[in-house]
Amino acid sequence: MTLFDKIWNRHVVKQIEGGPSVFYIDRHFIHEVTSPQAFDGLRKRGIGLARPAQTIATADHNVPTWDQHLPIKEALSRMQVEKLTENCQEFGVELYGLGHAYQGIVHVIGPELGITQPGMTIVCGDSHTSTHGAFGAIAFGIGTSEVEMVFATQCLMQNKPKQMRINIEGELQKGVTSKDIILYIIAQISAGGATGYFVEYAGSAIRSLSMEARMTICNMSIEMGARGGLIAPDETTFEYMKGRKFAPQGAEWDKKVAEWRQLHTDADASFDHEIHIRAEDIQPMVTYGTNPGMGIPVTGSIPEETVLEEKERPSFRKALDYMGLQAGKAIKGQKIDYVFIGSCTNSRIEDLRQVAQFVQGRQKADSVEVWIVPGSKQVEAQAREEGLHKVFEAAGFQLRQPGCSACLGMNEDKIPAGKYCISTSNRNFEGRQGQGARTLLASPLTAAAAAITGEVTDVREMLTAN
Amino acid sequence: MTIHSTAVPLENENVDTDQIIPARFLKATSRDGFGKNLFRDWRFNNDDDAQPKADFVLNSPVFNGKILVAGKNFGCGSSREHAAWALKDYGFDAVVSSFFADIFKNNALNNFLLPVQVSDAFVQNLFDTIQKNPAAEIDIQLENQTITNVSTGEQAHFDINAYKKTCFINGYDDIDYLLSIREEIEAHERSL
Repeated sequence: MTLFDKIWNRHVVKQIEGGPSVFYIDRHFIHEVTSPQAFDGLRKRGIGLARPAQTIATADHNVPTWDQHLPIKEALSRMQVEKLTENCQEFGVELYGLGHAYQGIVHVIGPELGITQPGMTIVCGDSHTSTHGAFGAIAFGIGTSEVEMVFATQCLMQNKPKQMRINIEGELQKGVTSKDIILYIIAQISAGGATGYFVEYAGSAIRSLSMEARMTICNMSIEMGARGGLIAPDETTFEYMKGRKFAPQGAEWDKKVAEWRQLHTDADASFDHEIHIRAEDIQPMVTYGTNPGMGIPVTGSIPEETVLEEKERPSFRKALDYMGLQAGKAIKGQKIDYVFIGSCTNSRIEDLRQVAQFVQGRQKADSVEVWIVPGSKQVEAQAREEGLHKVFEAAGFQLRQPGCSACLGMNEDKIPAGKYCISTSNRNFEGRQGQGARTLLASPLTAAAAAITGEVTDVREMLTAN
Repeated sequence: MTIHSTAVPLENENVDTDQIIPARFLKATSRDGFGKNLFRDWRFNNDDDAQPKADFVLNSPVFNGKILVAGKNFGCGSSREHAAWALKDYGFDAVVSSFFADIFKNNALNNFLLPVQVSDAFVQNLFDTIQKNPAAEIDIQLENQTITNVSTGEQAHFDINAYKKTCFINGYDDIDYLLSIREEIEAHERSL
C-alpha cells in the first residue's frame, strides 16, 4: 500500500455503490471568506456542528497588515471578519481571530500549533490546504457546500483520486530552495498536469528538507491541478512537532510516534504515474506568465511561440500581452517595482531568516518597495525576538503584520496596475495581486536578490560575491 | 434532464477561478448576486462605470446561451465556490471543457451547474461550429450522458458518477444523506 492508501482506507466510513466514499475528516480549518454561507446553511437546516472541537478558525484573507489593533477600515472586509466572530461564538468554534497570539494564515498556524499531525485527514475551504500534507496527512481544499457538509456531519463524499509519485534524488545547488523545486516540477508538467491525482513527494532531496521547506512544496501541489500532495513523516517531522501546543504529550507522544513510523509507502506499492527528477538539474526559477506552469530558470529565456502547439498560442500571447513581456527575451534583468515576501507558501520563520541573512548589510534598490508579511503572530514575534526586524529596517524592507496580504489583495495590500511584483506567493494569475498587477513567482532568496538590485537576478551570483 | 441551448465559446485554456470571480468580490456573506461580477476584469474596463470590453465574448451581441464551452483545465486555482455561484447566477447551466480542475468540478456539481468533460477534438469542433454559426445548438442529455453538436450531428459520451447523477437529476443534497447515516459515521469514528 501507498502512504495515501493507508490514510485513505482508515477514513472511509463506507463506499457508495457506483459512487463516492463517505470520508471521515479529522480536522477542519475555516477562515472568514469561504465559511459564512456554510454557517447560514446550518441555520436554515436548524442544526449545529457535528464536531465543533475538531474545527479551528482564524481570520487571514481580509486582515490589514498595519495597525491590526484598530478596527478594519474597509467596511466589507470588516463585516466579513466580524461575521466569522459571530458565527464562531454562536456555533462554539475556537477562533484565533485578529489580535489573538495564535492568529495567522490558516496553513501556517495549523502546523505551528501542532494541530496538523501525520495520518490525519484535514480540509479547509481553501485550495492551499494541501500544505498540511507535508506531515504525512491527506489534506485538501474544498468548496463552501463541502464546508457545510463537514460542519454538519464531519464527513465528505469523495472519489478516490489516482496516485502519482514524484521522486527527487540528489543534492540541490547552493541558492536553490524548495520553492524552486516545486516551480520546476509545475513548469515540467504544466498547471493541469496532475489533475485527478494525489501526489507523494519522495527521494533524498525531499528527505533532506526541513518541515517548512516541505510545506512550501506540498502547498503548491494544487498549482499543477493535484488534489493534494504529501510526504511521509520521519525524524524531521517528529522533531518539528515535539512540544508544540496541541501535539500529543508524554506517553501519548511516544505511542503516536510509533504509529506514525508506519506511515510510509511500502516497497511493493505501485502508482498510476511516476516522475523522476535530479535535484542537480534545478536552478532558481521565475515565472513569466499568468499561470504557475509558466516558469523558467532565472538564467533562461521566455519561450518562442514556435515551440508551442498551435492551439496553446492564443493563451500564451494573451499572457505575455498582460505581462508586458516578449517571447524569446531573457528574464534576468527584468525591472521589478515591488517585492512581496509572504503567503502560505513562504512566510514562515525559516523564510524570514533566510531573507534576513541574505540582506544583512545590503540596501534595497531605490525603485522598489519591499513588503515582508509574516505568516502568523508567532512568526512575527519570533522574527522580532531574533532581531530580524532590525535587519529588514536597515535594508529598507517593511515588516508588516500577519495575513494573506498581497497574495490575493483582499485587504489594502494591492500591487498597482502595470507594476511588476516578484512574489514568494503561489499564483501569478491575471489580477491576482491587484487589477492589472504583473506577478513573477520566485523563492524568498530570489525575491530578496531582486529587492537589492531592482531587477530579476540570479541569486547565486550574489552568494558567491558574499 | 435536458439542457438544449446555444453556447458561448471561451477559447482560453487554464481559465482560473480568479478570472471567473476576482477576489475583491468574495466579501459577500450570502450566495446571491455573483453573476454581475462573472469574469469582471475580462468583461469590463473598470469597476466604477462598468465600461464593457467589446472584444470579450460575453459582451458579444452574437453569442449567448446556457452553455459555456471553454478550453482545457477550466476552473483551476482557488477553491472559491463563488465561481460556480457566479456562472450559475449569470445564467449558465452547463460548462463544456476537455478537462476541469477537481475542486471546481465538485463545486459545480454541488450547485447544479453541469460540468461536461469531452475530448479536445470535440471541444475544438464545438468552437468551430459556434464561430461559424452562433445560432448553432447543443443538446445535453444527462440521463444518457450524451452531448450532441446538433448542426453536425457529432455526439459524445461524458462521465458522471451514478450517485452524483441521481443527486443532480433529483435535486438531492449530500448533507441529507450523510445526516441519515449518522450512526454509521459515529461507529466509524469510535474505531479510529
